[in-house]
Amino acid sequence: MKRFVVSTWRWLDDRLGLSDLIGPSLRHLVPHDATWWYVFGSATLVAFTVQIITGIALAFSFVPSSSQAYDTLRFITNEAPFGHFLRGLHYYGASAMVLMVGAHMAQTFLFGAYKYPREMSWSTGVLLLAFTLVMGFTGQLLRWDQTAAWSVVVAAEQAGRVPVIGDWLARFILGGSTIGGATLSRFFAIHVFLIPATMFVFIGLHVWLVLRHGISDPPVAGRRVDPATYKQEYHAELARTGVPFWPDGAWRDFVFGTALILGIAALALIYGPPPVERPPDPSILEADPRPDWYLLWYFAVLALIPPKIEGAVMILAPALIGVILLLAPILGSKGERHWSRRPWAIGVVLLSVLMIGSLWIAGANSPWSPNFEAKPLTAAVVGATQGPIAEGARIFHQRACLNCHLIQGHGGRRGPDLTFVSDRLSENDIIIRIVNGRGNMPAYGSILRPAEVNALVAFLKTCRRPEFPAKEK
Amino acid sequence: MNNENITPDDGVQPSAGPRRETIALISRRKFLSRLSLSLAGVCAVVIGVPAAGFVLAPLFRKVAGTWRTVGAVGDFAIGETVSVVFEDPSPLPWAGVTARAAAWLRRDSESAFTAFSAHCTHLGCPVRWMPGANLFLCPCHGGVYYRDGSVAAGPPPHPLFRYDVRILEGNVQVKATAVPITTTL
Repeated sequence: MKRFVVSTWRWLDDRLGLSDLIGPSLRHLVPHDATWWYVFGSATLVAFTVQIITGIALAFSFVPSSSQAYDTLRFITNEAPFGHFLRGLHYYGASAMVLMVGAHMAQTFLFGAYKYPREMSWSTGVLLLAFTLVMGFTGQLLRWDQTAAWSVVVAAEQAGRVPVIGDWLARFILGGSTIGGATLSRFFAIHVFLIPATMFVFIGLHVWLVLRHGISDPPVAGRRVDPATYKQEYHAELARTGVPFWPDGAWRDFVFGTALILGIAALALIYGPPPVERPPDPSILEADPRPDWYLLWYFAVLALIPPKIEGAVMILAPALIGVILLLAPILGSKGERHWSRRPWAIGVVLLSVLMIGSLWIAGANSPWSPNFEAKPLTAAVVGATQGPIAEGARIFHQRACLNCHLIQGHGGRRGPDLTFVSDRLSENDIIIRIVNGRGNMPAYGSILRPAEVNALVAFLKTCRRPEFPAKEK
Repeated sequence: MNNENITPDDGVQPSAGPRRETIALISRRKFLSRLSLSLAGVCAVVIGVPAAGFVLAPLFRKVAGTWRTVGAVGDFAIGETVSVVFEDPSPLPWAGVTARAAAWLRRDSESAFTAFSAHCTHLGCPVRWMPGANLFLCPCHGGVYYRDGSVAAGPPPHPLFRYDVRILEGNVQVKATAVPITTTL
């Protein structure tokens, strides 16, 4: 039996030439000290493979029709065997891919792996990062629930800010002048055919470049990259101490990749996929669209940039970041590779992580959004059940003050916390702010009756710390 | 190995200069490669132009507004602002619920109505009318509008877009049009 298998394999391999095709790639020498820091690239490929397999499976039941996709999503999630799990795998697989791309970029940047002769490895990688984010965004849209539909509108409005061709771009995204029958089909074609096909090409190129230039040797402080001698030194060192990629280098990729897949599966089992929300009906105006976590930081950017420079920031900033990332290796292709000799490189990575991290937290809390769920203040909070103070608290809720202001932890965070407002403001100040507004506080002068203003003031005068006397007029 | 007769380059002797056959072969190959590349270009145009045109067609589809009835005049109380639902100007047959749209309609007087687009002018999220506060609040990035649609707070660059409204045979009609896109330049 064994002889039969061996002879069959030999016959096939002779005719197909598989060993000749992939053998050299498997046996090629890699630096012996390229250890666990080098697993993030293959981990990204592992996550991408998870996406391909789960994506193809999901496509067997998904109907890319604006009117029916929502129902098929519910069917996949609630009825189809393994559907819930598969959607979870696809979601956490996407999350893992974004994370691994980030880790891979940070590692290759800190190790100076983008320098000569691997500049194009970095630049093709930057394009793959962009494709990954487009896949993430379009994937969220294919859930085709209320958030998906409004996210398309937000995307179209952003594209609309591009000078000159903005209106055309917006229509291209919507598939016409409104959300409708054409919208989802476009994103299906982009998410399932166009971008994956492009990614195959660029992943192929990216991997080819790894073979062509070799895995970068771990940097040594003081050893500078000199294009005149680098290749010679690299190959001499490989010949001396290199080990074959298979299995000496590859086993770590397999261990880490397996751990990644098990992690994705565990998350999918424990937390499940994102819920399918309300249907994608643009006439339901009780909507609260938020991007998935990997773009939540950008959602915060859109809320926090000063409106005056918003148009420029929305369009120029991503373009500028893209160009800088693409050109980075060409601008600094020589010199020190070790991170300890490139403090600015550590600074760039730390700053990026801190910026995205803090924006991410801001996006998750979104204090700039009113709290539409604010419930009337209870008597325990107000401290009165009748009289002007209780009336003021009732008006505070009824006139939607509470949607934007906090009182003892109840309400919204759009405006200042008013729990102790009377420690800061006198009665007159409060009246002026209410009537005239200020900054982001709308002017309520024409909205409230004088008696209502008086009741509000009566209530707000009780909002202070007991130990401090109210500020005198 | 003796490859002289197989590849023309070997026939080019630096000292002797290229033979006439070699020159003919080189120009023939130049012609053939140009021919092949030109044919590839023709193929790309034949397939690519209709494909790109098909995909880009929505850019050029102009949509005329369509009057949609949103209720009888008597359905609306003077001074109140309510959301009304109507159908898009020219929905595709398979659009389903995505063909629906909504606006905020206020009856100003016996015969005057105002219809505000529900899209925030910042990035298009659906604004909500807060009847107690007489404000429109956006759930996304903190946009706030006064009763008349003018900006009260947050990042919106313009007042709320308004739809045309008319009364026809006792019915209130809103002119359904494209999603208003805020553009620069």
